[in-house]
Amino acid sequence: MKFKSRDFTASKVVLDVRDLSVRLPNQPQLRPILDGVSLQIRAGETACLVGESGSGKSVTSLAVMGLLPKDALRVTGGSITLSGRNLLQLSQKEMREARACNMAVIFQEPMTALNPVMRVGDQIEEVLKVHGDMPQKERQQRVLAIMEQVHLPNVRRIYASYPHQLSGGQRQRIMIAMALILEPELLIADEPTTALDVTTQGQILKLIAELQEKQDTAVLFITHDMGVVAEIADSVHVMKDGQVVEQAPVERLLRQPREDYTRKLLQAVPSLVPRQLRPAKQDEKVLQVRELKKIYGGGGFFRRAEGTLAAEDVSFAIPRGRTLGIVGESGSGKSTVARCVMRLIDPTEGQILVAGSEIARLSRQALRPHRRHIQIVFQDPFRSLNPRWKVGRSLIEGPVNYGTPRQEALRQAGDLMELVGLPRDALDRYPHQFSGGQRQRIAIARAVAMKPDVLVADEAVSALDVSIQAQVLELLADIQEKLGVAILFITHDLRVAAQICDDILVMQNGKIVEYGSASEVLANPRHDYTRALTEAAPGRGWDFANFRELQLA
Amino acid sequence: MDKAVQPASSSQWLLGALSLPHRWRLGIGPIIAALLLLAIILATLLAPLYVSHDPLAMQATKRLQPPSSEHLLGTDPFGRDMFSRVMYGGRVSLLIGVGAALVSVALGLFIGLIAGFFRTADAIIMRVMDSLMAIPAILLAIALVALSGASIGSVIIAITIPEIPRVVRLVRSVVLSAREEPYVEAAMALGSSMPKILIQHLMPNTMAPLIVQGTYICASAILIEAILSFLGAGVSTEIPTWGNIMAEGRNYFQINPGLIFWPGLMLSLCILSINLIGDTARDMLDPRLKKREA
Repeated sequence: MKFKSRDFTASKVVLDVRDLSVRLPNQPQLRPILDGVSLQIRAGETACLVGESGSGKSVTSLAVMGLLPKDALRVTGGSITLSGRNLLQLSQKEMREARACNMAVIFQEPMTALNPVMRVGDQIEEVLKVHGDMPQKERQQRVLAIMEQVHLPNVRRIYASYPHQLSGGQRQRIMIAMALILEPELLIADEPTTALDVTTQGQILKLIAELQEKQDTAVLFITHDMGVVAEIADSVHVMKDGQVVEQAPVERLLRQPREDYTRKLLQAVPSLVPRQLRPAKQDEKVLQVRELKKIYGGGGFFRRAEGTLAAEDVSFAIPRGRTLGIVGESGSGKSTVARCVMRLIDPTEGQILVAGSEIARLSRQALRPHRRHIQIVFQDPFRSLNPRWKVGRSLIEGPVNYGTPRQEALRQAGDLMELVGLPRDALDRYPHQFSGGQRQRIAIARAVAMKPDVLVADEAVSALDVSIQAQVLELLADIQEKLGVAILFITHDLRVAAQICDDILVMQNGKIVEYGSASEVLANPRHDYTRALTEAAPGRGWDFANFRELQLA
Repeated sequence: MDKAVQPASSSQWLLGALSLPHRWRLGIGPIIAALLLLAIILATLLAPLYVSHDPLAMQATKRLQPPSSEHLLGTDPFGRDMFSRVMYGGRVSLLIGVGAALVSVALGLFIGLIAGFFRTADAIIMRVMDSLMAIPAILLAIALVALSGASIGSVIIAITIPEIPRVVRLVRSVVLSAREEPYVEAAMALGSSMPKILIQHLMPNTMAPLIVQGTYICASAILIEAILSFLGAGVSTEIPTWGNIMAEGRNYFQINPGLIFWPGLMLSLCILSINLIGDTARDMLDPRLKKREA
């Protein structure tokens, strides 16, 4: 693994944040949101701000941009200096000027950051219009030039496209073009690749680095992904509870983290090394899928419409107590397969055998007795529990449906709470009183309450911070050990798949491209696509948990 | 203990969470409106206890009298006491307003839940609703009253039917988005029956917008009742309502403007305050803010 190791001491300091404190106004008794944050970024340097959610990364970037929500958050101390000017003393108008000319931002979700009813070319041009009068002709030339620079194909066509006509990666390129067309001194990138597929992410990161070098921009890069940090950072600032707990050049931080918190954070990063092979205990296949096919849409009353093929020829089987991972990028059809298996949508063709019974064609009524054998855990812990129901009520919903008396079900629910590491009295509380990780535990408990044979986990840890991700994965493994349940694990994250899966199935465009044991698929990928996926995984040569290069066995 | 998750837009979340208390701050307007409405409701409900004249008793010798200590608001062309007629009339007007709101919300909720959840039912139900919406509400109401005869019940039904499509659309749209929520899918996976999912998981989502819609329907029903009565297609003239008091008074408007003014004033105040309360309820129950809190 090669880290960036350029020396920046000779470069000019672009951003200098000193002792920055941000508080909730009129509430001096509360802990400050930011507590004495200091950081420096020099021209051409990439500084990564890492930390878990709630650590103050985003507030720091908002404060630098002068975009803290008024009335809600207030800077109470310190200074923010951009190229010698203290931003905190600027008037609204001057701040707007600075924001436009001297710094630029890229956000996580390019779709919401772009105006959906305006051609993207015009949107980039808008930036130029606000600053300086340039003749129309010249403006358009500049826009086309920057679009070339961000490597958009066929720039004239894209110039006249609306955001929804572009892919996620292309939209993010447009955002980058908008941010960099005025050649700002400082670029703030707030999780710019989190919503993108791993192969696209790699390209975007490369693009940012390339333009940064060309324009000698200072980059403040906010991320929670240690892999990305290893790839792009010059220096790293680790934040926790509103404080910078450690800052160091990237290599030193990854090799010799000094603070306990940094160690903890790094140790939680799942390794790309597949788990130890487990001998199959039983041969009984609890879930078998044969030649599954799903076409969305199609049919039509007046004319036969062409549907969208979401999955085709998907076959696999999971024995009791084993975990199969379905890996793929967005649009690969992995979630379609999960939803078909759950019969939340109806498969177009194929067979699904759950605990020996064929369920692909059953009616809603006929399906009910089979539902209890297969349960699901969803991605978003904030939406998978009914916010109006107490946790206890959610937990007993399933068992009561199958005739368990309420009292009995509640007692079992209490046991389940303990199984997933929550106190029994959690049953009497509402979901909003829990954190995301705790809610995901509750969702797992709800699924397990049915004593299923198969548990489908649809991106079940993707919305969680790494340390919590690790805990939830451990919980799933623990439950599998205790109850012998088979797990179908849907994920886009190869690291997570490597941690938990016995077998891995790689999907692309609705088809299986590779299917085999985890060690085989990850270590010796045979298909080009699998190889591209593993190679795109950021920081793949580094073993974060052991602070050293990855040692291949 | 792990803290809140979602590495995603934590800054946006912050903005939402911190502006929360703001929406519970009530202005002076809604409070006045609520007090006014309460006063109108009490005054009309308790009318039999304090009103000195029978609203139906005619006195040929006392036609069209100006306000006096005996007849606070004067008398109408038949010598009936205007004050007691206005108060009694309010009872019927409010009854029709509240009745129409309750019936249309109840029926609309039922139909909307079904339309939102079952694809095939949706296609049929929504076409029927579309055609109902294509007919002008007043015209439809007049036709329905003409068909079924003028009674309080038939007027309520006549006002309700044109309102139902609006409620159905509202409920359907809420259900359509709520049924995509993972917790609803989880309930399906847990083997909950359709009625159970509809009533226990989906229906509570519709309550906040329905309460708001209900207040608007109530206000518009009172108004439509007045229009129907004014056109002579409403409740029979023996039962005083604000609408038919005004309808009867229009020929003598120049002699005694109070015949139109007083019931009209009550009608306007009543509708104004109900709408104000509806607006306030909407701001407080705004589902987008609600979601942040939940």
